[in-house]
Amino acid sequence: MRLKLVPDNTSWDFFRFDAITLGLSGIAVIASIILFFVVGLNFGIDFRGGTTIRTNAHSAVDVGAYREALQTLDLGDISITEVYDPTFAADQHVTMVNVQAQDGQESVTQETIDSIETALQEVDPTITFPSVESVGPTVSGELVQTAIIAVSLAIGAVLIYIWLRFEWQFSLGAVLALVHDVTLTIGIFSLLQIRFDLSIIAALLTIVGYSLNDTVVVFDRVRENLRKFKRMALKEVLNLSINETLSRTLMTSVTTLIALIALFILGGDVIRGFVFAMIWGVLVGTYSSVFVASSFLLRFGVKRDWSKPEGGAGTQFAKTDA
Amino acid sequence: MLNIPLWNRVLIWGLVALGLAFAAPNLFYPRVERHNDAAAVVQNGGDVTDEVAADLAGWPSFLPSSLVNLGLDLRGGAHLLAQVQVEDVYAARMDALWPDVRDALREARDTVGTIRRQEAPAGELRVRISQADGMDAALAVVRALSQPVSSLTGAGSGTLAVSGAGDVITVTLSEAERAATDDRTMRQSVEIVRRRVDEVGTREPTIQRQGDDRILIQVPGIGSAEELKTLIGTTARLTFHPVTGRGGSDMTPQARELVLPSMDDPTQFYRLEQTPVLSGEDLSDAQPAFDQNGLPSVNFRLTTSGARTFCEYSQSNVGAPFAIVLDGEVISAPTIREAICGGSGQISGNFSVEGSTQLAVLLRAGALPAEMTFLEERTVGPDLGADSIAAGEVAAVVAGSAVLIFMLVSYGLFGLFANIALIVNVGLIFGLLSMIGATLTLPGIAGIVLTIGMAVDANVLIFERIREELKTAKGPARAIELGYDKARSAIYDANITTFITAVILYVMGSGPVRGFAITLGLGIVTSVFTALYVTRLLVLMWFDRRRPKTIEV
Repeated sequence: MRLKLVPDNTSWDFFRFDAITLGLSGIAVIASIILFFVVGLNFGIDFRGGTTIRTNAHSAVDVGAYREALQTLDLGDISITEVYDPTFAADQHVTMVNVQAQDGQESVTQETIDSIETALQEVDPTITFPSVESVGPTVSGELVQTAIIAVSLAIGAVLIYIWLRFEWQFSLGAVLALVHDVTLTIGIFSLLQIRFDLSIIAALLTIVGYSLNDTVVVFDRVRENLRKFKRMALKEVLNLSINETLSRTLMTSVTTLIALIALFILGGDVIRGFVFAMIWGVLVGTYSSVFVASSFLLRFGVKRDWSKPEGGAGTQFAKTDA
Repeated sequence: MLNIPLWNRVLIWGLVALGLAFAAPNLFYPRVERHNDAAAVVQNGGDVTDEVAADLAGWPSFLPSSLVNLGLDLRGGAHLLAQVQVEDVYAARMDALWPDVRDALREARDTVGTIRRQEAPAGELRVRISQADGMDAALAVVRALSQPVSSLTGAGSGTLAVSGAGDVITVTLSEAERAATDDRTMRQSVEIVRRRVDEVGTREPTIQRQGDDRILIQVPGIGSAEELKTLIGTTARLTFHPVTGRGGSDMTPQARELVLPSMDDPTQFYRLEQTPVLSGEDLSDAQPAFDQNGLPSVNFRLTTSGARTFCEYSQSNVGAPFAIVLDGEVISAPTIREAICGGSGQISGNFSVEGSTQLAVLLRAGALPAEMTFLEERTVGPDLGADSIAAGEVAAVVAGSAVLIFMLVSYGLFGLFANIALIVNVGLIFGLLSMIGATLTLPGIAGIVLTIGMAVDANVLIFERIREELKTAKGPARAIELGYDKARSAIYDANITTFITAVILYVMGSGPVRGFAITLGLGIVTSVFTALYVTRLLVLMWFDRRRPKTIEV
């Protein structure tokens, strides 16, 4: 007896509601863009500059008292977040104190850190400071630039690779799915205000890789079936290919999710945001490889018969223009 | 048909064994680390105490002993990104050039008249000549001081850019010389930072030049970034200047003079000649010591040429005071009682024992050619790192076990084969990481956990394909063969695209992100290897022995 996520020999029609699924994806993408511009991302110091101090106290944290103690130092914008984690000991109370970049300073001066630490120690003598991180405005500006370049480069490189291995329609479908995934990830980070730092960029690029992995496996099967069933309508070929690979798509997503969820719960708070991004990416990526990449491929059409001259494929190109 | 040649089998098992052998030391991390430290002590000719000998014996020398380096976020330590103010050097070069320009122009006094140095922005030398008609001659004289640039890219151009307007000559370093100077400054800075960090003797520091004018410094095990900053951020420029006057902060310097405060007494100021008699480069050694009053001090020795210069200077200036200046503060200003020609001396000031020890370290390592500002600093305490490792280990074990069970339930015996391959896969990742001396970071652990999830993908692709081929009833042997053949292109395409993103991450990323890219990239390589070779070999060995009529995947 085997555990099977998908029954044998499915023949579901994945495009019956493709107007609705594509529409929903479109709405989600637009909503994400609006969220990004209206609410914005909760940038960490990597991208905004400033200082993050992690505090660790034995007694319960009174965020108000912390804030009051720091207010007198006149450091500008300060945010204090308490951190909860199942891996913490019973008497471990952790907060993250964020201080904005100070005018005229690159990385924070020792006097500033000392004054913060002294002020907090007066509130709670048991407090310790397991980590202090400070990024100056020069570097944070460059990091933003590098991050954007990295994500664009990754998407561009993939576009070219798939174009070389398949056809341009496949390549465009895959890239649209990627843009969809990345945009939705930025949207959820704006919505939930999870701290967005350098490691999230790494997660974004992994999502790009993962989502692509899924899409490429489906496309690979599409290519094979296009050769095998020369007369079958493109829609049928796509449906057949998705059905045939469905079991594998879900198996891989589930094993990856199992690993990621273990990491999410047990891996500690330091990488929780990073793992969250990946879990989200696996979910969205699995969805998009079926409902976005393939739907676009269906709309773009594929040149089937290579024996005819270019003009013969005009119907398909006409479709893409529409 | 299903045969794999013997040499192929030997090669596959050999690679697996090699990878696992390299991964093995990581299971005994503390013991191997002590062994490596002890081996380093022995190699450097240090004292072989019983303790060192015991540590050395703790791990057999014939086994591989390279370990995965732990990143700062796992081990604790400090990270700094420093920017070197390369322009500082231009100013120093111009100051050093002034006496030459002065002497050269004086020889041409008949045509250019009297000369006077003007105020100018740092890195620029402006000289006013009293006879503006002599400008052409003056420019020619100054240009003659320009030398060919000693670098590949700047070959053919001179070191100085000289221009004249009215009666003022402006001298700066030429573009080519600036580039060459920047490069030299950076190399010196990196070297000096390395020497200073090495003097403290921490394990595996990273000191790297980044971009045109930055240095990345990562030191595991150091208490805080602040400690590191005082160690490497101090310029430690030691100079000896003739004293022309002393008084309060209201003193105004004459031309080519400096007013600097005393280190011990902030109300006491000294007026000094700007051009030093000696500088840090003239020192050959410095050691912490105690002066005749039993107070901490630093003894230094001068190089041969430094000793000669100082000997000549002191002979002609008996009775005059001179100041010992460190980074813009006067440590002391003794009076010369007699000619000092021994080539050694003592700096005493208001030092603590640690202060004198550190000053000696800094003087020995040499002065930084330019100041540094810090763009980024991160400190991670050792406890936080240990917590992260513990959490990462638990998560990896739980994730691994869950995936193993899931595969077993889904694919039965074939799932077991995939599981063996998965365990080999994780072993190989650690083996490769150790072999190339890569650094494991917290996102790197996440990368490994992600690989655990994704590594089964290649196997899943193959197994699903075998299932499909079985449906068309070709017999198990043919189905297995076709399954591997037809899944291959999907496996390659899927993994190459992921690999492309890993490479981009590696190139564009830094620190922890780069650690993630390395484990992700290596994980892709090992998972493709284990799926296409190791599981396949396992499946075929089983099939050869049993020759089942039907198989269930």
